[in-house]
This record gives sequence, C-alpha cells and structure tokens, in this order.
Amino acid sequence: MNAAEPQRAAGEAAQDLVLEIAGLEKTFNPGRSNAVPAISDLYLAVRPREFVSIIGPSGCGKSTLLRLVGGLIKPTGGELSVNGRTAGEARLNRDYGMVFQAAGLLDWRTALRNVELPLELMGWSKLRRRKRAKEMLELVDLGGFASHYPAELSGGMQQRVSIARALSFEPSLLLMDEPFGALDEMTREHMQAELLKIWRETATTVIFITHSIPEAVFLSTRVAVMSPRPARIAAELSIDLPERTPQTRDTEEFFRNVSLVRRTLRSVEGQ
Amino acid sequence: MADPSTTRRARARRTLIFAIFLVVLALLYTGYKAFGQAIDDTQRDWWVVGSFLPRSDDKNMPPVLDILAEFGEAPREGGTTIGRLTLDGALFTLREAAVGFAAGTIIGLAIAVVLLQSRRAERGVLPYVIASQTVPLIAIAPIVVVWGRTGLEFLPWEWQDWMSVSVIATYLTFFPVAVNGLRGLQSPSPEATELMQSYAASRRQVLRRLQLPASLPFLFPALRIAATASVVGAIVGEISAGVRGGLGRLILDFAGKYITGPERLYVAIIGACITGLVAVGVVAAAERLLLTRRGIVAQ
Ligand SMILES: Nc1ncnc2c1ncn2[C@@H]1O[C@H](COP(=O)(O)OP(=O)(O)OP(=O)(O)O)[C@@H](O)[C@H]1O
Ligand SMILES: [Mg+2]
Repeated sequence: MNAAEPQRAAGEAAQDLVLEIAGLEKTFNPGRSNAVPAISDLYLAVRPREFVSIIGPSGCGKSTLLRLVGGLIKPTGGELSVNGRTAGEARLNRDYGMVFQAAGLLDWRTALRNVELPLELMGWSKLRRRKRAKEMLELVDLGGFASHYPAELSGGMQQRVSIARALSFEPSLLLMDEPFGALDEMTREHMQAELLKIWRETATTVIFITHSIPEAVFLSTRVAVMSPRPARIAAELSIDLPERTPQTRDTEEFFRNVSLVRRTLRSVEGQ
Repeated sequence: MADPSTTRRARARRTLIFAIFLVVLALLYTGYKAFGQAIDDTQRDWWVVGSFLPRSDDKNMPPVLDILAEFGEAPREGGTTIGRLTLDGALFTLREAAVGFAAGTIIGLAIAVVLLQSRRAERGVLPYVIASQTVPLIAIAPIVVVWGRTGLEFLPWEWQDWMSVSVIATYLTFFPVAVNGLRGLQSPSPEATELMQSYAASRRQVLRRLQLPASLPFLFPALRIAATASVVGAIVGEISAGVRGGLGRLILDFAGKYITGPERLYVAIIGACITGLVAVGVVAAAERLLLTRRGIVAQ
C-alpha cells in the first residue's frame, strides 16, 4: 500500500476514490517466448458515482483491464486499489458486480433464481433474497418474467436479468464488458436508457467497456481512450451533456462529443 | 413447462409404438420360422439356403405362443411357475445391479470431481480409468467372489455373494459416469466461472451451484448406458462366478435343459430384456424429472 502514497499526496485522499490504478502492468506468460505484454504503465482513477467508459482498438487489453480490476487475474506490476483494498480483497468483499457480453445466466434457473444466485452464495435468507430479486427484476422492467427460464427470454431480456443480478447485492462498482455488444441497435438504445436510469437510482459507480463511440458518449461522465497493445490510458475526455434522453442523440452537443472521441481514438491508433 | 395433457398423450403414443414394435417382432419371428420350415419340409433343393440360415424348427425356434405359455408352466408338478422363477431371478439381479449402479455412480462422480481439480491429475489418471475397462469381466468375477468370501471379515456386516456381483456392476458403471461426468463438470463457460469468482464463491459453492447442475445433461446419457451395463454385468457376473438366485443362474440352468425345453431359455431372455428396460426406464424417469424444468423440453 505504501506505493499508493504519492498518488494520495498528489490529489484526493484514497477513500474518495472507488478505483485507483497506478503504473499497472500485465504480461501474459511472462518470461516465455509467447509472452504477451497486454497492459503497460496504465493510470486511472475513478471517483464514486462516476460513469467511465473505456474505449480502444480491438485486442488492446480492455477486457484484461476489467479482469484485473475485478481481481480475476493478478497484475504483473503496479498498484491497483478498490475502495482502498487490493482487487483480490475487494472481490472477496463482494465490491463488484460484473456483466459480460454473454449474459451468462444459468439455464436451469428461472430469471428470479438467477438474480438470487449471488445473494444465495452470500447466505441471505430465502425470504430476503426473494424479495430483493423481485425488486431488481422490477428495476429492469422484467417483473412479469420472474418464473421464465433463460431459454424463454430474448437476448436483451437475458442481459437485463444479468444486470439485475450484478446489482442485486449493491456492489460499489459495476464492471461491464461490452454488455450490449450482442444486441440489435434498437434494443441497445433502449438498454442504454435503462442503464442510465438504474445508474441514477442506485448510485453505483460504473466502468463500461464498449466499441461504440456514440454509446460511450451517451452513457458516460468520462471516456477513457486506450492505446493499442500494450495498453495504457492515452486520453481522458469529460463528457458534458445537459441531459441524456433519446432526443439527446440528435443534438449538436452530442455530435460534437462523438466526433471529439472519434478524433482522439484515431490519433491514438495512429501513434 | 410442458402442458400435462400433451405429456400424457406423448406417453400414450410411446406405449402404443412399443406395443406395435413387440407385435411386429413376434410376427417377424413367426414369419421367418414359417419360411424356414417351408424350406425344410418341401423344397429339398433349397438346402443351400437352409444350411446357411439358422434352423427354424420347434427345437431351435419354439413358437411364440409356446414361449408365452411357458411363463405359466411349472418345472415340477404343482411347483413354482417359470414366470415366477424368472420374476424372482430378475428382482434378485435387479437388486445387485441397483446397488452396483448406485455405488458406481458415486465412485464415478467422485473420480470426476477429483480429476476436475487439476489438468495434471486429469492427464495422469484418466488413462488408468480407461485401462481399467480392458480387464475382462469374466476373469475377474470369480476372483471378486472368492475374495468376498474370504477376505472381508473386517466388515461390520456379513459379505454375501450377491454383493460381489454388485461390485462387478460397479466396475462397469463408474467408468462412463467418471468420463462423461468430468466433461459435464468442465462444461460451464469461462464467463460463468468468472462470475462465480466475482461473487467470491467457494470451490464447493461453484461445484454445487454451477458445475454439478451443468453436468446433468452430460451425465444422464452415461447413466443410461451404465444402467444397462450394470444389469448385463450382474448377469454375466452371476454366471461366471456361480452365484445362485439371479437371472444368470437361471439362464445357465435353462440352457442346460435347452434340448428338452427350449422355451424356458426364451422366457429367461425376455426376463433379462425387461430387467434392462426397467433399469433404463428408472434413469429416464429421473432425467425427465430433473431436466424438463429448464425451459428446454428434454427428450
Ligand atoms: N489468458 C491469456 N493468455 C495470453 N494472452 C491473452 C490472454 N488473455 C488475453 N490475452 C491477450 O491480451 C491482449 C488483450 O486482450 P483483451 O481481451 O484484453 O483485449 P480487448 O481489448 O478486450 O479486445 P476486444 O476489443 O476484442 O474485446 C490480446 O492480445 C490477447 O491475445
Ligand atoms: Mg474484450
């Protein structure tokens, strides 16, 4: 934890940050002939209630970054702390909710029982977790589908169940890896609106990986642009939109932000 | 999810198809028999065909009705009927098979769970599991029985011969369960596994909530194979180890009297088939019970 001191001195106290990454390194198969340097010298800080999108060239290491933050894999160097803990500790403390591109629902469980799963693992009583899971399904507008099995739900509905599941235990950090990547454009826009609503209602901090620039602009308070592999954060852009409604997508303001992000991404890729 | 009336209709249709199948089988049998006999009786010139094809006179192929009548026949005047003897034998064999099947399933799953823990264990042990099945059953059956009679005094209960036959059934059962079980336990996607990790699930929780339920669709085909294998294994085990009371012994006895009364052996064979079908039927019922509640209608 000592190496985090300079960061603290440089700005906010560590408690004020949900996520603090300094000089992060990740090399797969280190020291071997097939070594892949995926992330190198990466810095990122996220404050509570922020919505940070991460965008970057394909294969640059976005998913790797998310899995490092989630404590699913270990960094080969640098500092990473979540609410002042290491990523591994934070994972054991259930600080994260994760949503992947594939909804990853258990197909032998109903929507309701899928949302209950993390609560079950955390030892909640049946009554309490059932009540919470119902509330979460209401939140994602699937109140009427509690007893449906995943095979009976559309892709968008499955992804909403997956979001409800990730939020069910009120994690302080929601990690999303291209959650809407497999959805059609209309469903996608609908889901984005829904996610923003949930984000506002639940006061969660979100780290959101996407390939879509308009999606990043529409959702985020901040967009972090990653460089090609080995990845670092090459640029960070604050997104300032007066409001975020379906109409926002057609405003001058929105287009300006989109083209700003696009130009940044292009210049980063050209480097 | 399936509507109960459609399930009932589907079941009625399956029963009907099975009945038709039995009738067709009996007709084919009778038809071939009549054909063969016609060759034998009238057309001496057909001797070429006649010597190729199995004999079809009443000694070799007793008429279907005679076989059915044999169920009610008693070998000794006023004694137990053949049908009853076969039923008793079938129940005896079914018990051996069921105990062996249960033990084999538990052992097979245990092996699968152990091999799941590391790729190295899997690579190191799996070849031996496969090699275990190349040992000829007929050779080990007498060894297991003798061993059971002499070597197991330390057990709190008295070891009986039928238990040795169960061991043989276990030996045949654990293999498909271990191999398919392992594949099933490994079937969850990396995403699902990482999600469980993100909930800080323990290894045991991952096994119970994710890997075991995910393995069921892989496990049931293996269990169906294991069910027939355990019945066949029990019969073969009884025969080669000389254990009395079951279908194996009955088949041996009836085969000895084949020249004078071939119908009996046919009755015992039918009994063995039904026993195997019952074993598979129980597994299939369990499968329907466990897997239809997944939104995808199981077969
Ligand atoms: N387990 C692993 N072993 C070796 N290399 C890996 C592993 N996981 C990822 N990589 C490599 O690390 C790099 C970054 O992968 P990552 O999945 O993080 O990219 P990404 O930015 O998420 O890509 P995409 O936009 O296509 O989702 C890739 O070159 C990939 O081949
Ligand atoms: Mg990725």
